[in-house]
Amino acid sequence: MAVRRKEGYLSAKESRQISRENRRITREYEKQWKRKNVPESEYLTQMRDPGNVVEFEDLHTYFFTDSGTVKSVDGVTFEVPAGKTVGIVGESGCGKSVTSLSLMQLIQRPQGQIVKGSIRLNLGDRAIEVTRTPQEVMQKIRGKYVSMIFQEPMTSLNPVLRIGRQIDEVIALHDGAEMSRDQIRAKSIQMLDLVGIAGGERVCRMYAHELSGGMRQRVMIAIALACSPRLIIADEPTTALDVTIQAQILDLLSQLKQQTGASIMLITHDLGVIAEMADEVVVMYAGRIVEKGSAEEIFDAPAHPYTIGLMASRPMAGKEVEMLYSIPGKVPNPVNMPSYCYFRDRCPMRQPVCDGPYPPAVKLSESHSAACWRYLPDGTVSGEPSGGPERSSKDSLEGSSEHSPEDSLEDSSEKEGGTAK
Amino acid sequence: MKKYILHRVMLSVLILFCVTFLIYAMLRCLPASYVENMAMQLAMKPGAKPYEEWLTQLNASYGLDRPVLPGYLIWLKDAVRGSFGDSWKYTVPVLQKFRETIWLSFAMGAISFLLELLIAVPLGVIAATKQYSRSDYAITAGALIGISLPTFFFATILKLVFSVKLGWFDLYGLVGREYAQLDPAGKFFDMAAHLVLPIATLVIVSVGFLMRYTRTNMLEVLNADYIRTARAKGLSEKKVIRIHAFRNTLIPLVTVIGGSLPGLFAGALITETLFSIPGIGYTSYQAMLIGDIPFSMFYMTFLAVLTLAGNLLSDILYAVVDPRVRIA
Repeated sequence: MAVRRKEGYLSAKESRQISRENRRITREYEKQWKRKNVPESEYLTQMRDPGNVVEFEDLHTYFFTDSGTVKSVDGVTFEVPAGKTVGIVGESGCGKSVTSLSLMQLIQRPQGQIVKGSIRLNLGDRAIEVTRTPQEVMQKIRGKYVSMIFQEPMTSLNPVLRIGRQIDEVIALHDGAEMSRDQIRAKSIQMLDLVGIAGGERVCRMYAHELSGGMRQRVMIAIALACSPRLIIADEPTTALDVTIQAQILDLLSQLKQQTGASIMLITHDLGVIAEMADEVVVMYAGRIVEKGSAEEIFDAPAHPYTIGLMASRPMAGKEVEMLYSIPGKVPNPVNMPSYCYFRDRCPMRQPVCDGPYPPAVKLSESHSAACWRYLPDGTVSGEPSGGPERSSKDSLEGSSEHSPEDSLEDSSEKEGGTAK
Repeated sequence: MKKYILHRVMLSVLILFCVTFLIYAMLRCLPASYVENMAMQLAMKPGAKPYEEWLTQLNASYGLDRPVLPGYLIWLKDAVRGSFGDSWKYTVPVLQKFRETIWLSFAMGAISFLLELLIAVPLGVIAATKQYSRSDYAITAGALIGISLPTFFFATILKLVFSVKLGWFDLYGLVGREYAQLDPAGKFFDMAAHLVLPIATLVIVSVGFLMRYTRTNMLEVLNADYIRTARAKGLSEKKVIRIHAFRNTLIPLVTVIGGSLPGLFAGALITETLFSIPGIGYTSYQAMLIGDIPFSMFYMTFLAVLTLAGNLLSDILYAVVDPRVRIA
């Protein structure tokens, strides 16, 4: 019976088989994760470079869904140096959020699991291997050493608890052992003051719905900073806010970074935000890093065709175009990733060598690397780097580039040096 | 808030008038006429007046010779003064019969409702927090069985197992054979023992809905962004559920709980009938069968008041648990 099936079609039998298999796999991971009283030696580790706050190495985070295993993060390696801001860019679903949630151990369990690789987190006096850290220990790390600011300030605060209570909670949990209730509240008000909310005492008695979006995001930042973490993960902190508030929040973040010396892992799909904030940039595509380097390198000399495409799809001040460039085609199906370069079918600089296996990361300079066959280990460049974006054809509008003109409205002004304030 | 409540109360009164009128009109149209039956019986006595004469006479004396609207207005005039008349079936004042039966039903309803809450909410929370685990499947399947079983079927099975086979409880009735000889404590326990099976029936048949409702709401809350925030703060899973998730789950639950307030007094018609327990459900069912208009009117009005009060209560409870709906 040769029945032709659409891609992604599963019979009930296959689906059952998959989910049974998934349960078998995830149960093992869950057991490992829920253990109690694990000896420290099992998860203590050494940082490769003590100057880093966190090191991701060959991280694989998979989701075992009923329609197959989704390789959300598939071999990601990068590090966040102390006191630096690392920007992670990529379109929706490319695994940037999952990478950060892996670090926090906040992936949707039991479907989502870290299956391979390591995340080394520097706690100052010691370093831990997050992938082997049990739940118990991880709870002491979240909020204290690593904290997170989420995308949606509207829904990220509990609607039925007062703001004060929500800030108090995290202080009481990590630093509150010797503090009285009033001291904790005083600290909360001080935190609100720090993020630019005046009248903290009054705000403490309010509920989330009584605050504006920008205020809520400030409260979220106050919660994130309350225990002076070493690393702040900002997961699209400005996406849900309007442009002027975006600029304020970004300013606040960089100012607080100066004050506290924390590192920031900034996840966004807004290149303008990256340009303003990041020291280093990691470009992700379909669960892998396609290019990483310092912000100057990425913006001035993007190497990977995907990055070049992204850069070309921004509106530029002083440059009139009829239609913004967008990368043609769409991201491959995450369940059946091809064995060749994931970007091959959308790539304007495709070459015969691209039909081979997935390209390794090639170092272009001390800090700059790209995973593309055009850059051979001996340093030669094949293909025309400038061939792609110029070919801004009309049909490419159908492409599914995530980067809408609206998102990048800000870039143009920022590239010129002036932030919208 | 005060203004809002006042507004709602006034609206409720208006609704109540409409509801009682509709009920009165419907009761007058019922095919089971108390008066016709009585006339039939009286006419069959030797040497009695013919049926038609009896009917006219009885209609006049029971006030059924008036059309529906004037009849309703007379009922209403008495009702607002607190006089609901005498029950035709029980031949005592309606309120007296009501007082005799309501507390039994209320006790049954309250106990089973409390048990339902105590069983359903924790189990629902457990099922949600351990979604797709064995305990979740067991709880969900149990709830489904409870929802699907008809009361009469389940009550019969309970009777078969616990009364007939095991002989632990009496088959029906509220009191045992030696009730009159028992001391007060003995009387209480005798009655309590007779209520075990009816209450078990009530609980098992209706616990499933509340359990599934809790589970669904808890699942929704657990996927919310603020739960992720709470976890990101480093709170333990227990605290996340107790402090952050549970209160949000309560919001939809109070509507259901407020809405089931009338159920506490309404009595359980089927269960009371099956176990021959003289509660309000059983009593009013008997009254309705025979076409006892004063008792049925009173019972229905009572339920209507409770339903309206329940709705108002759940709206107020909403504001208590959810600060977003508090009206300044």
